[in-house]
Amino acid sequence: MLIYILKRLVYVTPVAFGVSLVCFLLVHLAPGDALSAVLPADATQETINEMKAAYGFDKPLPVQYLIWLWHVLHGDLGTSIATGRPVLGEVTRADINSLILASVATVIGFTFGTLFGFVAGYHRNSVADRAASALSVFGVSVPHYWLGMVLVIVFSATLGWLPPTGAGPDGSGNWRPDFDHLRYLILPAVTMSVIPTGIIARTVRALVADILAQDFVEALRAKGMDEFGVFKHVVRNAAPTALAIMGLQLGYLLGGSILVETVFAWPGTGFLLNAAIFQRDLPLLQGSILVLAMFFVVLNLLVDVMQTALDPRIERA
Amino acid sequence: MSVIPSAPDPFARDRGGPAQPLLSVSGLYKHFPVRKAGGKKQVVRAVDGVDFDVLKGETLGIVGESGCGKSTTAKLLMGLIERDSGSLLYDGQAVGERVMPWRSYRRQVQMVFQDSYASLNPRMTVEQSIAFGPKVNGVSGREAVERARALLARVGLEPKRFAGRYPHEISGGQRQRVNIARSLALEPRLVLLDEAVSALDKSVEAQVLNLLLDLKAEFGLTYIFISHDLNVVRFISDRVMVMYLGRVSEIGPSDTVLDAPAHPYTEALLASMPSLDPDNRTQAALLQGDPPNPIDPPSGCRFHPRCTLAEPICSEKEPPLDTVGPLHRVSCLARQPGSGHSAAPARALAA
Amino acid sequence: MTAPITAASMALDGGVLSAGDTAPEAAFVPSRGFWGHVGHRLVRDPVAMGAGALILLVVLIAILAPWITPMDPYKGSMLRRLKHVGDATYWLGSDELGRDMISRLMLGARLSLFIGVTPVLIAFVIGSAIGILAGYVGGWLNTILMRTIDVFFAFPSVLLAIALSGALGAGIFNSIVSLTCVFVPQIARVAESVTTGIRKRDYIDAAKLSGASPLTIMRVQVLGNVVGPIFVYATSLISVSMILASGLSFLGLGVRPPEPEWGLMLNTLRTAIYANPVVAALPGVCIFIVSIAFNLFSDGLRAAMEIRQ
Repeated sequence: MLIYILKRLVYVTPVAFGVSLVCFLLVHLAPGDALSAVLPADATQETINEMKAAYGFDKPLPVQYLIWLWHVLHGDLGTSIATGRPVLGEVTRADINSLILASVATVIGFTFGTLFGFVAGYHRNSVADRAASALSVFGVSVPHYWLGMVLVIVFSATLGWLPPTGAGPDGSGNWRPDFDHLRYLILPAVTMSVIPTGIIARTVRALVADILAQDFVEALRAKGMDEFGVFKHVVRNAAPTALAIMGLQLGYLLGGSILVETVFAWPGTGFLLNAAIFQRDLPLLQGSILVLAMFFVVLNLLVDVMQTALDPRIERA
Repeated sequence: MSVIPSAPDPFARDRGGPAQPLLSVSGLYKHFPVRKAGGKKQVVRAVDGVDFDVLKGETLGIVGESGCGKSTTAKLLMGLIERDSGSLLYDGQAVGERVMPWRSYRRQVQMVFQDSYASLNPRMTVEQSIAFGPKVNGVSGREAVERARALLARVGLEPKRFAGRYPHEISGGQRQRVNIARSLALEPRLVLLDEAVSALDKSVEAQVLNLLLDLKAEFGLTYIFISHDLNVVRFISDRVMVMYLGRVSEIGPSDTVLDAPAHPYTEALLASMPSLDPDNRTQAALLQGDPPNPIDPPSGCRFHPRCTLAEPICSEKEPPLDTVGPLHRVSCLARQPGSGHSAAPARALAA
Repeated sequence: MTAPITAASMALDGGVLSAGDTAPEAAFVPSRGFWGHVGHRLVRDPVAMGAGALILLVVLIAILAPWITPMDPYKGSMLRRLKHVGDATYWLGSDELGRDMISRLMLGARLSLFIGVTPVLIAFVIGSAIGILAGYVGGWLNTILMRTIDVFFAFPSVLLAIALSGALGAGIFNSIVSLTCVFVPQIARVAESVTTGIRKRDYIDAAKLSGASPLTIMRVQVLGNVVGPIFVYATSLISVSMILASGLSFLGLGVRPPEPEWGLMLNTLRTAIYANPVVAALPGVCIFIVSIAFNLFSDGLRAAMEIRQ
């Protein structure tokens, strides 16, 4: 097992460096100068050069990359051009908010997804099965930013049950675990949970149907095992894959949260990205994308290792 | 099997005259690297020093158990995998060098694969598959299709009915006929048949074998016929080569090798073959177990752990491929004069 | 020369060259070829056909929009803002600037389809080329190409799309470029795995033996076998692409006003969710319907292609 983890680490390292390179180059894809957004139009050449030197933009690209990477490896993501505050702090604050939202959405998606998946897998071609596959097509086809709007229209604008935007009543921008804040979490979390619900339902249905069709289930029943015992076997066999899908979905939700966060004005990374893009705050853009992508890389690694640890059928060589 | 006089001059493209082997293989090696658990690098000695000649107009049968290196040898001969070392001389010219680059060699040497389905592109009609070779060699599209149709007719498949069909729409025997037609589309002199009839039903197999014999006579072909079925090899081959664990253990005229084998392995192979004729059953010991692992072959003679004639000397000394009769060569210490094996013939007798 | 078994089997062999092994010849069915079979099965799938008809309808509307819209989609009237659905003049209401919704939705189909489908088409071509090359050539080229692709896989696709178009700046062209970059690695990975599976088939070896160049083999022998699965995969991406492309416009990163595009319309109508919620949600309904149609059609196509070979 240890060897397997080491192997995965060896494989992940170059990918992580590639990711950092892409994040770095992203900024240099941008048209114009990274500083043009903040400098006044009538800035003198001297001021421009001074600013360039201050941010290190006067050095050749590979050198800039190495310097940047060196800082990143020491936890320094630079300073936001717009606010002048360290990027790391801004990103961490936003990440926590996003992570809360994405985790709750994943848990909702996993709960309903497995529920529908199990029912559909146990009763293939029944009404429940049809409903589950309709649900999964719905989940992957619906533009979730639109779904968020519809939920706001129904539950906030029309019924007035839930608040439409923000993370809490005080507008502070930080979510706290109490009842008032919970009300703000419901709509965005439900909106985000639609995709994982659909995908998990589809996967679990296929897994369960597959396991039930195998010989060993027949053998267990023949040995006189009751349905609950069989169910436990099915769960044990389906769990590794279902959990792995759940883990990956958490990563996708976190990376894709920007659209839903915009609809609900949720103060997460999506919101931060939005601000970074429209204020052309490139260090902030770079930093938040790097953190999200690295989180996704690590999550992938964890999911891989966990799946291997749980599933005896996967070769660990 | 001699060339039938009425055939169009089969040696029109001949360089070295009828006595020069069409293909001469020497010192052929191919080791595949494998990594075992623990990270140690090892090699599979798939082909481990093979020499033989293919004479003009003959059919050379190659037999052996699975894993003996027959198919690897075939792929090496076709250049589908790169050889580690060794040389191929085609009609006296070194293949892969300037005088005979692979491209022109392949126009003269073609191959028919065992799996008739896997060797045809499922998205191409039978006719397209056959015409592909001529087309990439500069024959015009219409001419290539005409040639394909003529060949289909020649292998017994009426072009009108079969040309437009896809591989899954015809039977296994018909597919193998298509494969044969394709191998002939470039007008080769040497055709390598790798287990070409092994997957067919017995009755279909016989028809295809007869077709092969007819085509050989008509086009003046030379065959290398790889098979694990000794009966088929006996039927079609002029000479037979027996392989064991990447080496040649015996080579000689079919009648000699298959009726009076000199190598204990050939004897055992023949004994393990089912025979319908009760008088023909040998009492020789059957082969025990599987062939040893080619990653770590036995020392000395590779057959000694399974051999009835094995003596201590067999695990020490590698037997050379020695001549024991006209065109008949064997690698067995028990047949080699002065080898130190107790059953070896006296030196004077062999001389 | 003759062994007992062979002699026996030879006796069974009637006419040697009469194609005797044409086992009891069934009634001859004319060859349809692979795509013929797929089409045949697809037309018998009511869900896929319904979805296909819907897509066709939307495409027709998109093409003909400039001539068939009931009103000028750009001309607004501040006096007639946010009319409700079912209005005598504005059948599907009017937007926040008093422009006719149905005309804008019809014209919006153009841009929405264009920015949604184009990235997948371009990525289909580029991704297939990369994947087939990597899969067929193998070796170090495969390692370099596929490891590079792994890097792009390390980004969740929405994040990558937004990061790229955020860095490149707003605009239709940039949004298409970023979405193409999102889909190229995904398609290339599928193309690579399909090609690797085919590369070791005997017919590829046979083609090599005929002296064909690697390029000819890839074009003639490989492409026909891998294009089907890659195409199905690409069609399944169109729905995602539509949602993402409109999402970029929704964020203000794609199409710019006053052009009608469903995602952008959804964004500008957000202010109207209290005044006229139904009209505000309409553009999203369009995205949803087209997206679901593409998904269902893709599922049908995949099912139709699962043919025993």
